Amino acid sequence: MSVLEQEEHGSDERAGRHKEPFWKRYIFSQDHKVIGIQYGFTALCFLLFGFSLMLLMRWQLAFPGKPIPVIGGLLGADNAPGGIMLPEFYNQLGAMHGTIMVFLAIVPLAVGAFGNYVVPLQIGAPDMAFPKLNMASYWVYFLGGVTMFASFFVPGGAANSGWTSYPPLSEIATQGQTWWLVGMVFLITSSLLGSVNFIVTIFHLRAKGLTLMRLPFFVWSQLVTAFLLLLAFPPLEAAGVFQLMDRVFGTSFFMPSGLVVSGEVVEVAGGGSPLLWQHLFWFLAHPEVYVLILPALGIVAEVIANNTRKPLWGYKSMVYAAVFLGFMSFIVWAHHMFLTGMGTTISAFFQTTTMIISIPSVVILTALLMSLWGASIRFTTPMLFALAFLPMFGIGGLTGLPLGLSGSDIHLHDTYYVIGHFHYVVAPGTIFAMFAGIYYWFPKITGRKMNDFLGKLHFYPSFVFINMIFMPMFLQGLAGVSRRLWDGGEQYSHAQGGLHWNEFMSWGAWLLLVAQLPFIFNLFWSIKKGKKVDSNPWQATTLEWAAAPSPPIGHGNFAEVPVVYRPAYEYSVPDHPGDYLAQNDPTETPTETPIETPDKTSGKEG
Amino acid sequence: MQIPYTVEERPDTGLYNAKLGVWLFLASEVMLFGALFSSYVLLRTGDPAFMTIPHAVAEALHLGEGAHRWPGELNVPLAFLNTLVLIFSSVTIVMSWASLRLKQFGKYRLWMGLTILCALGFMCIKAVEYNAKFSHGLFPATSNFLGIYFALTGLHALHVIGGVVVNGYLWGPGAKMWKTEPERFTNRVEVAGLYWHFVDLVWIFLFPSLYLL
Amino acid sequence: MSGHTVEEIRSEMRRYWVVGTALFLLTVITVAVSYLDVSQGVAIAIALVIACLKGGLVAAVFMHLISEKQAIYSLLLLTVLFFIVLMLGPMGGRLGSTALG
Repeated sequence: MSVLEQEEHGSDERAGRHKEPFWKRYIFSQDHKVIGIQYGFTALCFLLFGFSLMLLMRWQLAFPGKPIPVIGGLLGADNAPGGIMLPEFYNQLGAMHGTIMVFLAIVPLAVGAFGNYVVPLQIGAPDMAFPKLNMASYWVYFLGGVTMFASFFVPGGAANSGWTSYPPLSEIATQGQTWWLVGMVFLITSSLLGSVNFIVTIFHLRAKGLTLMRLPFFVWSQLVTAFLLLLAFPPLEAAGVFQLMDRVFGTSFFMPSGLVVSGEVVEVAGGGSPLLWQHLFWFLAHPEVYVLILPALGIVAEVIANNTRKPLWGYKSMVYAAVFLGFMSFIVWAHHMFLTGMGTTISAFFQTTTMIISIPSVVILTALLMSLWGASIRFTTPMLFALAFLPMFGIGGLTGLPLGLSGSDIHLHDTYYVIGHFHYVVAPGTIFAMFAGIYYWFPKITGRKMNDFLGKLHFYPSFVFINMIFMPMFLQGLAGVSRRLWDGGEQYSHAQGGLHWNEFMSWGAWLLLVAQLPFIFNLFWSIKKGKKVDSNPWQATTLEWAAAPSPPIGHGNFAEVPVVYRPAYEYSVPDHPGDYLAQNDPTETPTETPIETPDKTSGKEG
Repeated sequence: MQIPYTVEERPDTGLYNAKLGVWLFLASEVMLFGALFSSYVLLRTGDPAFMTIPHAVAEALHLGEGAHRWPGELNVPLAFLNTLVLIFSSVTIVMSWASLRLKQFGKYRLWMGLTILCALGFMCIKAVEYNAKFSHGLFPATSNFLGIYFALTGLHALHVIGGVVVNGYLWGPGAKMWKTEPERFTNRVEVAGLYWHFVDLVWIFLFPSLYLL
Repeated sequence: MSGHTVEEIRSEMRRYWVVGTALFLLTVITVAVSYLDVSQGVAIAIALVIACLKGGLVAAVFMHLISEKQAIYSLLLLTVLFFIVLMLGPMGGRLGSTALG
């Protein structure tokens, strides 16, 4: 089909789609941009919800056994009689905070929202490869979210066995756990549909001339992420089915023989293996860590290249590192299980692979740091968040090393040190990158910029307060304060030295909420009142800015099918008058090697 | 704007979208059933009593004195029959695809119809089997071996039902596409076939590992 | 394999029936062998070899993997690698372990 034909066809179709009823255009939409926004909005709501669960927990940790002010009475007598939080409720909050943040907030935001909205635009595609599957993926995710949310209102409340749902505890837990399992089945299905769609889209719908090594790093990160979701989630699905059968049909896949609960032997056939759950769970959940971090690295790479006005330093090594990272993430899972009595032989194997997997992360982080070298940096709001990401992710990553070695992990594993470690990776790490992405792509979505002053008012306090929460966790953890405890470890004498931090940390958390207010206001205000901008306000090189109008056409993406002539980040090209060369800019520059013919689509990847 | 490569193959991969898509989906399915088999192996090797029929069950079934071993009470003849049914259905669905490529729509309908009948037959035999188990008081909770048996065959049966839905659609309402976009329709049948063969393939491994060993 | 001429397709159709028959025979053999009085290990080995043979036939001919594209082979290679990891990993947890698992 020639460009012209496609063009005509496209405008026909767009005209046709304009007559679609509202619910088909905006609710059960098959357009990747609408679905991306749906994902983004839902995920941000869950982000706020998951955050507020943590705020309640922080009250209990700061002032154990004291009634929660103002909203304490609203929590219900089953959860907090007289406003005083019950341990059972604390456990629900802990389990659901983790579940919601990981499966309902960050992954849907990173993959569902940014992936859906940006990837097809960045590769010059008309839409995702399977628009109907894409719609189904969102609505199945939505169902999963509703199931999880509803579980708070069933007898006994929501799941309360931690976000990892370890048996046998989870097997004897209240009904909420069953809801959790059903919710997870929905979420797994949704991410399966999404990942198939992303991989096919990225391999098949790239514009002419957009070879694999010309892809923006963000697309690469999404591609590796999709493979992780595709191949790592099914074992958790199997485990979920087993646990569901254990709970509903009374099987004992995860129930050992002769388990004593409340002084009585549990009546099951027995012979099951609690460790089996942990293996299957972490087979997913370790790659899941990289599902959380890779898209974040992708966003940060885009923002840094754009605001340093330089090509990414070591683009190729970043790509190879990301692929290697994805591959290795499948063979490190048992480093979460050093304390289970698993054999030392296998511990040695997994701690070796864990040390190896730190290398590609360091390669990517170093490449991003080196990209800053000698640049005259534009300190825009997205760039501030991206810059903050680097040291935060660095702290999160480096504090992970002692946890990857079984000798030191034994001492640190059940303490706040672990909480501090993975929150540095995910909260000031990934979530900051998500904010960078929101500020960066907002003009693409709405045609308006978010307010810069409010953006800075959001960034600086957030940066301070988030460190106020998590930095003391390392101190507490090293002092031996156990995690998961309702009273924060009050009854342990060795923990006493670290407990005085709790109040300070909780204030950090509550102030962090206040620091989000400018963002929430900015987000809605800027939709109508933000400064209008043209289609490429950041003078960026990648296709989503260069070829599509801003905001992109409702249904359909490009007024003209783009053709790509060069790598993704041609900023400050020598001997070229402007300071950037868009990927679809056919200008030939004297210092460049002759432009490859755009027809040469190439490259395979395993 | 039309999505490219829904019908024609992309030159560098040599595939159309749905074919790459279904193989990705099947890769994911391999991991799902891989996890199920891995669990089976782990549980079976981890518990010395895994393959022993619990004493109370043996008594209730009047098996007589001495130790009795799973899969003793599973119905091998029915499972053998079911294996043949699935193998035959794999042949019929690939014949239906070949018929479409020969532009013989009538024959396509015939072979696809046979495939669906086989799948339904498989489910009926399965139902008879399950029913016999339940009426003898053999439930998933009875022992972990039975739990695994029900979990694995149950999930496989869900895949068969999924196949019936997809194939039924392609046999009935979905077949209208043959008139408008014959090539795309042939592709759809190929993709449905790939899925169906995978369901067959899983059963080929389930049958000996549950019923015979 | 995925030829386009009528002749090629007809010969493919004949091949499907041959493979179908082979699968039938192999199934009969599996069941017959299970009545032999051999040790558990040998029985498992025989049954798995036959199952792999059958699975291989289905994948190669019915799913026409025998003449598929490189992209699919790469994908399946990756999947098989992780499949092996998934089969060995949990079992490996028992190596040198004193705890039950």
